[in-house]
Amino acid sequence: MLRTWRQRITVTDVVVWTIGLAIAVMVIYGSAKTLALGKYNAVTWIDLSITGLALGGVYALIALGYTLVYGILRMINFAHSEVFMSGPFTAAFAADALIALGWWNKYPILSLLLVALVAVVVSATIAVLLERIAYRPLRSAPRLVPLITAIGASFFLQYTFRGLYGSGLKGYPDMELLKGFWMLGSIRIFKTQAIVIIGAVVLMLILYAIVQKTKMGKAMRSVSEDKEVAALMGIDVDKTIAYTFALGGTAAGLAGILYLLLFPQAHFYMGFIPGLKAFTAAVLGGIGNVPGAFLGAMVLGLLESVGPSLFLDGMGIPAPYQLKDAIAFTILVFILIFRPSGILGERLAQTKA
Amino acid sequence: MQTPASSPWKQAVQAGLIAGAIAVLLSLVGMVASFSGRFIISGVFSMGQIIFLAPMFLMTYSVLRRISPQSAQKAILIGLLIGLVGGIVLVALVLIGKSINLQVMFVNSSPVLHKILTFGLELVPGLLVLLVISMVMGVLASGIFLLPKRLAAAIFQGLIWVLLVGLLRDLILTVTSRWGPLAGLVRSLFALSGLKPVAAVLLFALIVGIYYWRGKKPAAPLTPVLPKPKQRPLVRWLTWAGIALLLILLPPILGIFFSDILDTVFMYILMGIGLNIVVGFAGLLDLGYVAFFAIGAYTMGVLTSPELGGTMTYWQALPFAMIACVLSGLILGLPVLKMRGDYLAIVTLGFGEIVRLLALSDWLRPWFGGSQGIQLIAQPSIFGFLLNTQQELYYLFLIGVGVVAFIAWRLRDSRIGRTWMALREDEDVAVAMGINHVATKLMAFATGALFSGIAGTIFAAKLQSVYPHSMNFLVSINVLCLIIIGGMGSIPGVFVGALALMGSPELLREFAEYRYLVYGALLVVMMLTRPEGLWPDARRRLELHEEEIEEELAAETGPAVMETTK
Repeated sequence: MLRTWRQRITVTDVVVWTIGLAIAVMVIYGSAKTLALGKYNAVTWIDLSITGLALGGVYALIALGYTLVYGILRMINFAHSEVFMSGPFTAAFAADALIALGWWNKYPILSLLLVALVAVVVSATIAVLLERIAYRPLRSAPRLVPLITAIGASFFLQYTFRGLYGSGLKGYPDMELLKGFWMLGSIRIFKTQAIVIIGAVVLMLILYAIVQKTKMGKAMRSVSEDKEVAALMGIDVDKTIAYTFALGGTAAGLAGILYLLLFPQAHFYMGFIPGLKAFTAAVLGGIGNVPGAFLGAMVLGLLESVGPSLFLDGMGIPAPYQLKDAIAFTILVFILIFRPSGILGERLAQTKA
Repeated sequence: MQTPASSPWKQAVQAGLIAGAIAVLLSLVGMVASFSGRFIISGVFSMGQIIFLAPMFLMTYSVLRRISPQSAQKAILIGLLIGLVGGIVLVALVLIGKSINLQVMFVNSSPVLHKILTFGLELVPGLLVLLVISMVMGVLASGIFLLPKRLAAAIFQGLIWVLLVGLLRDLILTVTSRWGPLAGLVRSLFALSGLKPVAAVLLFALIVGIYYWRGKKPAAPLTPVLPKPKQRPLVRWLTWAGIALLLILLPPILGIFFSDILDTVFMYILMGIGLNIVVGFAGLLDLGYVAFFAIGAYTMGVLTSPELGGTMTYWQALPFAMIACVLSGLILGLPVLKMRGDYLAIVTLGFGEIVRLLALSDWLRPWFGGSQGIQLIAQPSIFGFLLNTQQELYYLFLIGVGVVAFIAWRLRDSRIGRTWMALREDEDVAVAMGINHVATKLMAFATGALFSGIAGTIFAAKLQSVYPHSMNFLVSINVLCLIIIGGMGSIPGVFVGALALMGSPELLREFAEYRYLVYGALLVVMMLTRPEGLWPDARRRLELHEEEIEEELAAETGPAVMETTK
């Protein structure tokens, strides 16, 4: 503590900061050059941003599950991406049944609600079962043990659904009601994207209210502070944790339905990449923090959608869109390195991070 | 199930429902139908039938062990009940599947499955037979439970052996095909698929006999064992020489097809030993391990493939590939030094994906070939003798594994190995004891990366090509699974894990489709019941079972001794 700043700097810091600086320079140089070239006009940027916000909305709902579980158990629920996959994959069959009944375009709102209900029920059930079978017995185990269990559960679920529903793509039907676009002044916005953005915001607000205002939400927050003390105060810790998983599963199921509106194909592998992105979003916003998850998800969605054109195109990189996932993972890596507490997060103690 | 006070009958019904649910899941996932063509005992029992009947058997056994009923009658009734409930669930599956077309949703709820579940009989007699056999399974488990422990253990061994021999028919026949007169004898034991019934009974009796006779000695207790007195050096050397000779002679014995499988297994052993250092010794969970494999393979490709202007031979390029891997290990290691546990896992996962995406991108296509990959990679030669078939390349893998296993084994007991384990157990304490955690962690990352990279170079040389698609996350998961199943931190565990996990999907093609499902389930079950793995490292086993061992010691020696040791 008495050492001067010069002595405190290690080789590690120098290397890390050099890499960070190099990336920052690349980003600024690329953006400046793209804007100078003027290859894209304002409308394109706005379109890209809307796409990004819609994606961000989906990520936000998934990220909620990661953040709640991390807050309460201090573990990454690696299998949450499969919780996200299971609901919409099942719901795609429900949509087929509704088409067979002829309800799909006749009662579109009701159909959408029914399909969402199926997704929520399946996702929440899977999440609760996961907690009960795989995580609860390991609550006091060394840190690596539950994480490995989560990875195993993730693969088990993924390939179980592959076995159950087949390995092909399952098309999700589009609705007459949601075809086309609305004009917002001179900006064209697809109906699906608008619904996804509005839906995600409203659902996030409702879920946030549940965490903040209800009795169960209060119990969740107190368990995440300190399990033993919460138990002494008469809170049923097991029940609260199960409820947390159910809430995360509900959000993931709803996210899945919104995701299917954007990308109308369900398959067993659909959870992996969005799951990882949503985790990135949760970390970006500050893990354990619900508004942070929302903010992080929106920022990530925007960066992922606008980023390839803005940062990479100017540097003359061909097909920059291929690297959108690489951008998201780079953000993840650098957030974890430079600011593991995220944008809004509490300063995590080293034992937590 | 949580409350031990609930009545055994209620527990039995619950267990029956769980067993039935597992059997239904296995049927709907398609495992039952895929495996029904593979007979264990020709014409009598297929693997498919075992898959949907085993849950009742195993569930009964585990329930009985948990509640240990007083009377034999009660145990048998519990077995009967579990079998009945499980059987009813399966019957329900068939009836529902017959009346509603479930196949729209569950692709495997097909008439084929129903036929297998009803044993090829008409619906009503078939379902009755299903119920009866399911109950027989439960009762059988109770029967084994009631037998004396020594006999029960021997019977279990017998069942496992019959199962394995039946499954590995093809491998056994290939290996024994050159044994002259013996070959005919072995061949006569097997039918077209699986064992002949008589042979199965004989084998079962033989194995039970052997294990019963051997079982006289009491099983080793789970207590800290003092190091065994050293074997005589001559015996030890002879054992090692025998193993080495066997390994050298394997490819000609096994033939091309099985040698290829062996190559895959050895490649994963190479990577497993490397990841074992990172995860098992140093406790750093690395999910992007495939990145180093990719870097090794791509360096080899870029330097030796004439497609991209490379002119080197395998041996000239190898040092460069090794340097590239060590450097990338350091580059990944430096920024993540401060992270622990799950964050580290996610960052390394991200790193692995970034490497794959970059190799796949059009941007770096002129250097790495994009999605087309790199072809025409040089194959190694030893003393002017080109290694280009699977059987010859096996020796390269063998040399690699030999060297790497030796290094890892020596590292484990070295100073650096002990600092790794100290860091794994408690970083703060280790640093307080004066361990330089920067150098130690970097050393682990670099060593792991190096071993994985060597595996990558041989992989590239074997296929003569590399593609970004073969560098996906699943490779990392394969390696992680095999070291965890084998036993984290244990070098023999890597061999066991690689043989079991990488060999089985290759030997049983039906299994390949379900490998990740089974790996996933295995990881969960392993962590819940036996976190130390199949062949645990002695020290790690002690750590994970500290409390149990203390209890056992207390029970054995009495409280007085415990106090003095504390």
